[in-house]
Amino acid sequence: MAESNKPPSRWNDERVERIMGTLLQNGVIISAVVVLAGGILYLLRYGRLPLRYENFVAERESLRGLGVVANSALHGDARAIIEVGLLLLIATPVARVLFSIIAFALEKDRLYAVLTLIVFLILIYSLFGGAT
Amino acid sequence: MTTLLFIPLVLLGSFVAGLLGALTGLGGGVVIVPLLVVAFHVNIKYAIGASLISVIATSSGAAAAYVREGFSNIRIGMFLEIATTMGALFGAFLAARLAGGIIAIVFGSVLIISSVLSMGRGHGEKFTGPPDRWAIRLKLSSAYPTAHGPENYKVCRVPAGFGMMFGAGTLSGLLGIGSGAFKVLAMDQVMRIPFKVSTTTSNFMIGVTAAASAGIYLRRGFVAPVLVMPVVLGVLAGSVIGTRVLVRARTRWLRIIFALVIAALGIEMVYGGITGRF
Repeated sequence: MAESNKPPSRWNDERVERIMGTLLQNGVIISAVVVLAGGILYLLRYGRLPLRYENFVAERESLRGLGVVANSALHGDARAIIEVGLLLLIATPVARVLFSIIAFALEKDRLYAVLTLIVFLILIYSLFGGAT
Repeated sequence: MTTLLFIPLVLLGSFVAGLLGALTGLGGGVVIVPLLVVAFHVNIKYAIGASLISVIATSSGAAAAYVREGFSNIRIGMFLEIATTMGALFGAFLAARLAGGIIAIVFGSVLIISSVLSMGRGHGEKFTGPPDRWAIRLKLSSAYPTAHGPENYKVCRVPAGFGMMFGAGTLSGLLGIGSGAFKVLAMDQVMRIPFKVSTTTSNFMIGVTAAASAGIYLRRGFVAPVLVMPVVLGVLAGSVIGTRVLVRARTRWLRIIFALVIAALGIEMVYGGITGRF
């Protein structure tokens, strides 16, 4: 079945997708390594303590400021190292969206640069805005 | 239970969940929450927090493999992500406000529906009519590789698909799952996008959708780092191996067994929710 409306920039899209795939994979590998390191450290230190998650206490686990987490992680706090790994993991798809905005802009596809920017702004609002 | 016993057990359970999720295409998220809640007595809010983070990992981890095959359509994905991320924000907003029992009932119902969806039902037939005007304006039509050269496809009912994607995003944010089955339903059945393109594009979208709920989950204390650690690592390892095996394995029977397990877990969740166990 012959079609004439095939997008002219197909090759570009493919290249962008390839780079994006690599970006995502690397992000996941790096964060998994950090989480694993923090986890091993945690088990070595607190392995004998009991662990319970039956009751939900919102304050117990709510995220401390980014600066506090980074600082604790640098001082070898196992839980904070895990948190850094998890934050890297969450940042990975956000980086992918940011990269897509740039890629669409380079392809001179203004419509999709704007649509992707909307997705990015929603993510930023969720992560840094007042959304609770 | 001591930490030294709890963590390896959760790791093992998550590994199996990730493996089965990849083999059946349903994703690990739908099993991990009932597993944590029913077997490990984890509060449902911590369970969906851990699941949501593992969903980001598997989606991003698998993306590279899918992208190489050239099936996913990033334009369709990006456009629909506007709907899924807004839905995810709304879902997480609800999760922060609803009681655990209600979330369990919704979760159980979604499990039962997913199980039924995964059982039978052929894929949507190839759409041959004219694409709708949104599809043209948004340049959604494209092509995907087949054994006999690239195959073109057109897209229809874009507004309906967009609306359904908001719903899929809401479920993702409310339950901490990828809601891949519902994303595929919207693309394959409603927008008539070829099945292969629908599944790979859906996988691509899941990570971004989940990231949109993550902010609220983090601030509301749903993400318990020490619990999330074995869940993320286990599900990720399981799904990576599952995706490798997928190429060779015959998954029909596995799929049916898995569907039955999911249905049973769904009934258990609904029952537990109604009797006030969560």
